Amino acid sequence: MALPKYTETRYRVWHYMYLGICAFVFFFLIAPLFVIFPLSFNAEEFLVFSDGMKRLDPDAFSLRWYEDMIYGTKNPWGLAAKNSFIIAIFATLGSVILGTVAALGLSSRHMPYKGIIMATLISPMIVPLIISGVAIFFFIAKVGLAATHAGIVIAHIILGTPFVVITVTATLSGFDHSVTRAAASLGSNPVNTFMKITLPLILPGVISGGLFAFVTSFDEVVVVLFLAGLDNTTIPIQMWTGLREQLSPTILAVATCLIVLSILILVTAELLRRRSERLRGINR
Amino acid sequence: MSSETNKILTTDGIPLEESLKKAERKNKIKAFLLVSPLLLFLIITYIFPIGEMFTRSIDDKMITNMLPNTFKSMEKWDGQDMPEEDVFKNFYIDFKNLVEKKEHGKLAQRLNKEKNGFNTILKKLFRQIQRNKIDENGSFKDQITSIHKRFDNVEYWRAIKRTAPPYTMAKYLKGMDLYLDEKGEISQVAEDRRIHRILWLRTLEVAFFVTIFCFLMGYPIAHLLATLPMKYSNLLMICVLLPFWTSLLVRTASWMILLQQQGIVNDFFVMIGLVADDSRPEMMYNKVGTYVAMTQILLPFMVLPLYSVMKTISPSLMRAGKSLGGTPFVAFWKVYFPLTIPGIGAGCLLVFILAIGYYITPALVGGASGTLISNQIAYHMKTTLDWSFASAMGLMLLTGVLVVYWIYNKLVGVDNIKLG
Repeated sequence: MALPKYTETRYRVWHYMYLGICAFVFFFLIAPLFVIFPLSFNAEEFLVFSDGMKRLDPDAFSLRWYEDMIYGTKNPWGLAAKNSFIIAIFATLGSVILGTVAALGLSSRHMPYKGIIMATLISPMIVPLIISGVAIFFFIAKVGLAATHAGIVIAHIILGTPFVVITVTATLSGFDHSVTRAAASLGSNPVNTFMKITLPLILPGVISGGLFAFVTSFDEVVVVLFLAGLDNTTIPIQMWTGLREQLSPTILAVATCLIVLSILILVTAELLRRRSERLRGINR
Repeated sequence: MSSETNKILTTDGIPLEESLKKAERKNKIKAFLLVSPLLLFLIITYIFPIGEMFTRSIDDKMITNMLPNTFKSMEKWDGQDMPEEDVFKNFYIDFKNLVEKKEHGKLAQRLNKEKNGFNTILKKLFRQIQRNKIDENGSFKDQITSIHKRFDNVEYWRAIKRTAPPYTMAKYLKGMDLYLDEKGEISQVAEDRRIHRILWLRTLEVAFFVTIFCFLMGYPIAHLLATLPMKYSNLLMICVLLPFWTSLLVRTASWMILLQQQGIVNDFFVMIGLVADDSRPEMMYNKVGTYVAMTQILLPFMVLPLYSVMKTISPSLMRAGKSLGGTPFVAFWKVYFPLTIPGIGAGCLLVFILAIGYYITPALVGGASGTLISNQIAYHMKTTLDWSFASAMGLMLLTGVLVVYWIYNKLVGVDNIKLG
């Protein structure tokens, strides 16, 4: 953003101040994540940069915390990771199926009471998590699913569907309904039309909604803390306990893995968003 | 001409109007059927339990069911002088029933909450009943009042009468540091025990300032992202999106490392000579930590709606403003800023609502002075197991959020919310 030559000095100063502020904010946003990387390779137990690390001495770095994460004696991370993935995958499947079908109905122009129904469907996103947690806990406890995987999956479906509903309705807003009519006129039944015509076209929206749902479940700790027993501990729960008791470098190793995972998700989400924009013709 | 011939008929002889209505109805039902699985699921697992929170929060049936006869005979008692013989008799019958069911302890606990001193005297009564010391043919009033002088004090009988209704607002009052006193009037709890009001105010304060900080930091970068050429802004967008997709706990952990006393932020302050090495300030386990960490964590929720609104504002508007004689500042203030208000509204609403219900970050970096109302709700859910109180506070918080949402809807309109 070069300034034109005729810019007055005071606006020039202001412009560079503005760029400086922006640089600071970007730094503030992203820098904390990168503190974790080097410290997770620390050879020592303390969570500060040792003198050796500052000199880039190879001996000051090690993989011992990653070894501890995977092979550690009373290591909870294996079980936690397994549970987290199982719960997140089922919760995502549930959210995507329920959310996509509901979005199809919602984006029909014949839908009665659209406003109030939409408000109900996305309410888990608006209500503060702690309140959702209390309410969901009462339900799960009443049906006897407390401390089971199924209970947590139900809770995460509740929290994940609003994202799917929102992304899929957004994708459907640019959807040309004449293609489904064309399919019907050519003799295709509704299910077949959905699978062969509609779904491939709205797939980017469905997947990005699914990604939201996956991350919501994978990262969710407030509700899980109410619901989980010893057997359903998840990665967020383990991190929560670890951070409360003692900040060990093993947690940083786990955190590094999670950051890598979120980079992967970010890349996927971005690619999907661009594809979806291209398909909807919003190419700017 | 008869009206019959005016009607347009479809090929199968039905009037077109009717046929269209039928098709419309069919479409409506079809759309509704598609929505119904999720709607039903949410109503059963989510909306209904929130309603249950309400019944739970006002429920006081336990004691009503424990002393049915007493309360019945108390209906006739005006609460002025000592109650009559039949109240004592029925109280004895109810209490004996409870002793047989081994539930008298629960009653004592509940009544003791209403008025201190019930525990002792009910224990005495229990022992008398166990030893069969009470003559069921004699006067119950005389026998019971002679067990302990408190039974002869009308205050204690009034306290029992106060617990008669099956519903109570006590939990809501407790959430605001109020209680019903002996005369049935609302009064304040002792000054050193008013913890909840401090928490409410602190929650509001933190949510408010975090929203302000997020706005002040988010607005410039959203503007930069929206005005830079695509290839640079896409790169910078990663700085916003990566934290957005990263686990909340990971980000909290990184702030715990940065803000600790031997942490990098303090190292930096020592290096530039802002503070002495031996007097490093405590930045974690207080409000500073809560503010800094929450602002960074919630900032993407401010930037994304702002960005999506700013992206739609044509740069030629600013140029037009300037060409009509406005300085860049005037052009910005009069042209650009008003156009971004929907984005500001959406961002602030999102951040405020998320901040007001925040739990994890304050619990980890907030210490004692950084705990918020959500921490208190979680504490009562998990530690004291006072679920009805947790429900009451949760609903008070929910009411607050709905009020904010309603105000927002009046000012900006909910339809303007965009999710990036």
